[in-house]
Amino acid sequence: MTEIAIEGLGKNYGDCVVLENVNATLPDHEFAVILGPSGAGKTTLLRLLLSQEIPTRGQILIDGVPIDPEPQPDRGVVFQRYSVFPHRTVLDNVMMGPQLAAAPFTGRLWGARRRALADKAKTLLAEVGLIDHVKKYPTQLSGGMQQRLAIAQALIMEPKVLLLDEPFGALDQSTKKAMHRLILDLWQRNEMPIVMVTHDIGEAFTLGTRILMVDKARRDPQAPQAYGSTITQDIRLDPSKKPQLRVVEEGEDEASTMQAIFNQYRERASDCLVDRASDKPEERASA
Amino acid sequence: MKRAINYSPSRPSAILLALLPFGLCLVIYAIGSDIRLTENPQDKLMPSFGSFADAIHALAFTENRRTGEYVFWTDTLISLQRIFIGLSISAVIGLVIGIPVAFLPTFRALFGPFIAAFALIPPLAVLPILFIIFGLGETSKIVLIVFGIAPFLTRDIMLEVIAIPREQLIKAQTLGASTWQMIVHVVFPQVIPRLFDSLRLSLGATWLFLIAAEAIASEGGLGYRIFLVRRFLSMDVILPYVAWITLLAFLMDYAFSKAARTTSRWYYLDRAA
Repeated sequence: MTEIAIEGLGKNYGDCVVLENVNATLPDHEFAVILGPSGAGKTTLLRLLLSQEIPTRGQILIDGVPIDPEPQPDRGVVFQRYSVFPHRTVLDNVMMGPQLAAAPFTGRLWGARRRALADKAKTLLAEVGLIDHVKKYPTQLSGGMQQRLAIAQALIMEPKVLLLDEPFGALDQSTKKAMHRLILDLWQRNEMPIVMVTHDIGEAFTLGTRILMVDKARRDPQAPQAYGSTITQDIRLDPSKKPQLRVVEEGEDEASTMQAIFNQYRERASDCLVDRASDKPEERASA
Repeated sequence: MKRAINYSPSRPSAILLALLPFGLCLVIYAIGSDIRLTENPQDKLMPSFGSFADAIHALAFTENRRTGEYVFWTDTLISLQRIFIGLSISAVIGLVIGIPVAFLPTFRALFGPFIAAFALIPPLAVLPILFIIFGLGETSKIVLIVFGIAPFLTRDIMLEVIAIPREQLIKAQTLGASTWQMIVHVVFPQVIPRLFDSLRLSLGATWLFLIAAEAIASEGGLGYRIFLVRRFLSMDVILPYVAWITLLAFLMDYAFSKAARTTSRWYYLDRAA
């Protein structure tokens, strides 16, 4: 059980007030999405949750205990970019966290413990669909695969909460859909709360159970920096009204996801000039 | 007609083109030397290739009557030893100082400006000081190389450390990494390829400092020999020595490049050169 409480949180950068009077309570297994216009302070809020920044006012509590002022393994994170280590293979990236904890000086496990950890990492990599790429380096992976790796790397630490900072912002449409399915899958299986920052409203309503809209409640035209953003809307979504991930359910990998999305829009076609995609393999073989 | 930038030579013609300037230099030299030697057979400025062969034979394949050494190889050994020790010490200093100073904010505040100022001291200007402090032996020559190269390597490594994305360091902390673990497992492996690159770039300066030190006070070494025979206008020795130094520098450059590729395969996966 993890409950996150944000109490009277505020953040200033010098004279510039970025966030003020942010209050929210996120119960266990909530998928909270922070939405808001550019520059509203969504990422600042996530950084405060991560302890990448220290609040000017107020505090954040996890299970009633104020969070550590430094980033710690209890809060896992995936950024939009640079979340994985380019000098380590896929498997080594995932195995990194537990090895650091087990071997403070060398950061390396050996023998049976290493094999046990490698098995655990491989199970996780299979869950995120990277089991065929364990020996590759991150630069050899596509953007979507790098994010899958970053998620696996964070999950092996079994964090109390997973923080996502526009994790799918740099991905193309079909990759994004596949990632949505993956993250929902993992969220349901691991039963931990997720806090995600995005500016994609569709994504927010597809994934979230809770939407936190961050924006300025008051504005002073003469001094735009005088008032900070706060949570202007805090809504809990009705699970029965959730849009179905029907396209996403159909796609197994990125290519078939793209085909599924394509098929959805294909109804607009007036003529079909070439159609090889619907050929069944056995028909092709018999012909 | 294709635009010039869209025309790339095929592999065989690229090799031929690469060899062309070298060949051209040799031909021009041969012609110039021939003209001068026909006018004056005693000319010392542009010796024939035959004189080079004689000089190399005398220095590299004939025992020196006085010392019993093969001068050319002894010189090479002495110089290479100085360079390797100098560069190794410089690389270690670059890593041991550069990484913590760039990585830890307190160290950066404490030593950053000092290192920036220290790196601007002209090494050759302090050469007399080095001779006074360390004497005329091996130490002062190695210290000169270190003095000239280590600050450059340190600053270059610092820039590389600072360029590591903040996200990676936050991520490492969420994986439970301590400062030491981040230095060893995140920072160090990522500056290694850059270290080899800056070693390659500093090879020219390294040889410059070595030859300067050997020219002023030494009893052996490639630079020493060049400056010794200068008194006799022995171009037949100087030019082969210069070519040999260039070849050695080239081979070292190649070795560093190979070493970087072997130790940091990940770095070169998405890079052409």
